Amino acid sequence: MSLAELICPAGTPAALRTAVDAGADAVYCGFQNATNARNFPGLNFTPQELRESVAYAHARNAKVLLALNTYPPAGKTDLWWQAADIGAGLGVDAFIIADMGVAHYLAQNHPGIRLHLSVQAAASSPEAIRYYCQHFGVKRVVLPRILTIPEIREIRKEIPCEIETFIFGNHGLMVEGRCSLTSYLTGKSTNMDGVCSPAADVEYKRHEDGSMSSQLGGFTIDCFRCDEKAGYPTICKGRYAAPHRREGYYAFEEPVSLNLSRLLPELIDAGVHAFKIEGRQRSKSYVRGVVSAFRRAVDDIRAGRPANMADLVALTEGQKQTHGAFETKKWR
Amino acid sequence: MAVNEMAKLTLGPIAYHWSAEERRDFYFRIADEAPVDEVYLGEVICSKRAPFHEADLPTLIERLEQAGKTVILSTLAEVMLKRERKATAEIASMDTPEIEINNAAGLYERAGRPHRVGPFMNAYNEATIAWMAGQGATHVSLPCELPASAIRVAAQSAKDLGIGAEVQVFGRASLAVSARCYHARAHGRTKDNCQFVCEQDRDGMPLRTTDDRPILRVNGIQTQSESYVDLLPELDRLVADGVTHLRLMPQAVDMVSVAAVFHSVLRGAIAVDEAEAMLRGICGEVAFSNGYYYGEAGYRRVASAASS
Amino acid sequence: MSNIADAMLFVPRRGEAVASRLACLLVQPLLARIIGSIAGRHPSLLARLGPHQATSFLIDPIELPFMFYLRPDPQALVLRAFPRDRAPRAGAVIRGRFMLLLEMIDSEVDGDAAFFSRDLEVSGETEAVVQLRNALDDIDGSIAEEIAEMFGVPGRAVLTQLRKAYPSEVKGHTAS
Repeated sequence: MSLAELICPAGTPAALRTAVDAGADAVYCGFQNATNARNFPGLNFTPQELRESVAYAHARNAKVLLALNTYPPAGKTDLWWQAADIGAGLGVDAFIIADMGVAHYLAQNHPGIRLHLSVQAAASSPEAIRYYCQHFGVKRVVLPRILTIPEIREIRKEIPCEIETFIFGNHGLMVEGRCSLTSYLTGKSTNMDGVCSPAADVEYKRHEDGSMSSQLGGFTIDCFRCDEKAGYPTICKGRYAAPHRREGYYAFEEPVSLNLSRLLPELIDAGVHAFKIEGRQRSKSYVRGVVSAFRRAVDDIRAGRPANMADLVALTEGQKQTHGAFETKKWR
Repeated sequence: MAVNEMAKLTLGPIAYHWSAEERRDFYFRIADEAPVDEVYLGEVICSKRAPFHEADLPTLIERLEQAGKTVILSTLAEVMLKRERKATAEIASMDTPEIEINNAAGLYERAGRPHRVGPFMNAYNEATIAWMAGQGATHVSLPCELPASAIRVAAQSAKDLGIGAEVQVFGRASLAVSARCYHARAHGRTKDNCQFVCEQDRDGMPLRTTDDRPILRVNGIQTQSESYVDLLPELDRLVADGVTHLRLMPQAVDMVSVAAVFHSVLRGAIAVDEAEAMLRGICGEVAFSNGYYYGEAGYRRVASAASS
Repeated sequence: MSNIADAMLFVPRRGEAVASRLACLLVQPLLARIIGSIAGRHPSLLARLGPHQATSFLIDPIELPFMFYLRPDPQALVLRAFPRDRAPRAGAVIRGRFMLLLEMIDSEVDGDAAFFSRDLEVSGETEAVVQLRNALDDIDGSIAEEIAEMFGVPGRAVLTQLRKAYPSEVKGHTAS
């Protein structure tokens, strides 16, 4: 039976408390360094803050999951081992990992600890998932956002661990953990440094006509007319010209966010154990709004009531939402 | 540059949808003329393309092996659909030739028997490389974005474990893969109904920024660098740091000549400056990059401090 | 469409320019007190700013005749008001309607959402803006109310008036 746990983002201790108070079953977060994939300026937790946050969450029956989901570059693994040891010492409920070396380290040095396989590991088949379960004792896989619900249902039958899927937030287009687009333009790596379009390399320019262009590492990613909604300055949401598309088009995806609120009953039925809300880089306001909306929806579904879902479109990128890959193979 | 008998020159798998005939001609010529030691074959990017050319694989393997090349069969980078799982399992069950695995599904199927670890497997550090070696890896291809400092540590750990370490030294870098086909999208189609439009772009479909700056190449579900990685000036340091295999990625240029240039530099037969000029002549207008090696933006071309 | 490009930028007429300069002078001691008090109460805010303690920010409420200049350096805190036509250069500029900016400071509204809807504009050092936003977001409670409290009954009255005068910005709020 699926529990439909709600897994919520926290970029700061205040956001963690907000998420717990809004009804999160678990909150995921990271340290203030490259060991997690949201290593953004001003975000994340010191060890002391994490200690207090774990206490806050546990006192309210919520779990804390520590993201240790980047890939340490050779010669710099110590930072990851430290984070693993500190996290284990603070009693986090699980680690979210991607790198095999990190998984092995945790399995060897902290054998009791629960491991979740990060979306950054890009395990999208039963065999790949079984590999991590078999060797590292992974208890849950966070599935890449590329599968349809029938495909998720099939995978569920063939794996020995729980499934977590994203239900709301930023909609990564590339296979996570396999994307070097940011490092190609900035020299800072998503996999090794935990950044994606780092703000230090982003520049917004306002033009005479009121339009605004976004640049990353000096490359123009997009230019929004006055009447257009904006998106994140990520390469995969940029506008480019191709030989037969000279006018410029969204070559990968337009600015849009994932919102699967209408598909929750089907996902539960397909055997998804936990629903993940993206957005550690977002504000408490976002966390409060999204978590409480999904809390009500999940509670409604569990009680057999039709889910009464708040409108979250104002919080979405480009103020547009999509079911992404989950609804139809045509997305591909 | 010192002669180094140890470092081998390899030819990576063709990333693009070249026709079966083009592939045959290409590999026959590689067998006959290119001074590469090892050749990776197989479809790594899109499982829909495989039926077009997999029937030729036995012939190509035989021909290349007769020419003294070691042949390695590479598996798909993305494994999601039934046919992709099946293709991966089939290659993983083979005893010969050697195989290169590009997805954890392949590692599961291989179940600890000897294999190479491909560049899509994220062998970023010594701990992961040690883990992989313990699970049967005989060779690891390092991720394209690793800087020199990490390459040195990774290659040393591979050496200590008695396995090979490979770095791409020529061709477009693979920057991302996706479940969505961007070639199909560009033509208003979906992946299931792509009609193989990717066949039109033998060197990838160029994307330019809206202010007309070349930036990326689309190859089906893969996104590549616009620039060709060129580590000719860095070859001696790579070898000195323990890299055992140097990979050339097939581009739509005269790859036999590209291989000859790299081979000449490895043998110490020509100076790097001269070789660079020759490579420029072979590749035409395309931008060269080595930024990743120096820990900078991948597209950048950093002047080598130690080019001889 | 309520984005900034469409909004009427405040262009002061001659008499108003003089008035706004005078207003800036009068408000200066208050701003110094406000920033000192906030920094004193929330040391973690400054810690989260990291290297951008040394960055200068221009906070530009588009419909008001002045801008705020902020330098959150704990050794030399600066918060000053400048008439729009006399504002100094700064490392980063944050521009939007006054109430939106106030609500962002209090995490009543999501900064990214306001950016997507084009109600918020940033220029200059993007990282500094992101870091300031994230640092402010870690503060529990309302900075606006803290400030109001500093000035007792009149302070609270001003805040109430402000909130009445600027009905809550819909953009970026979740309908709940």
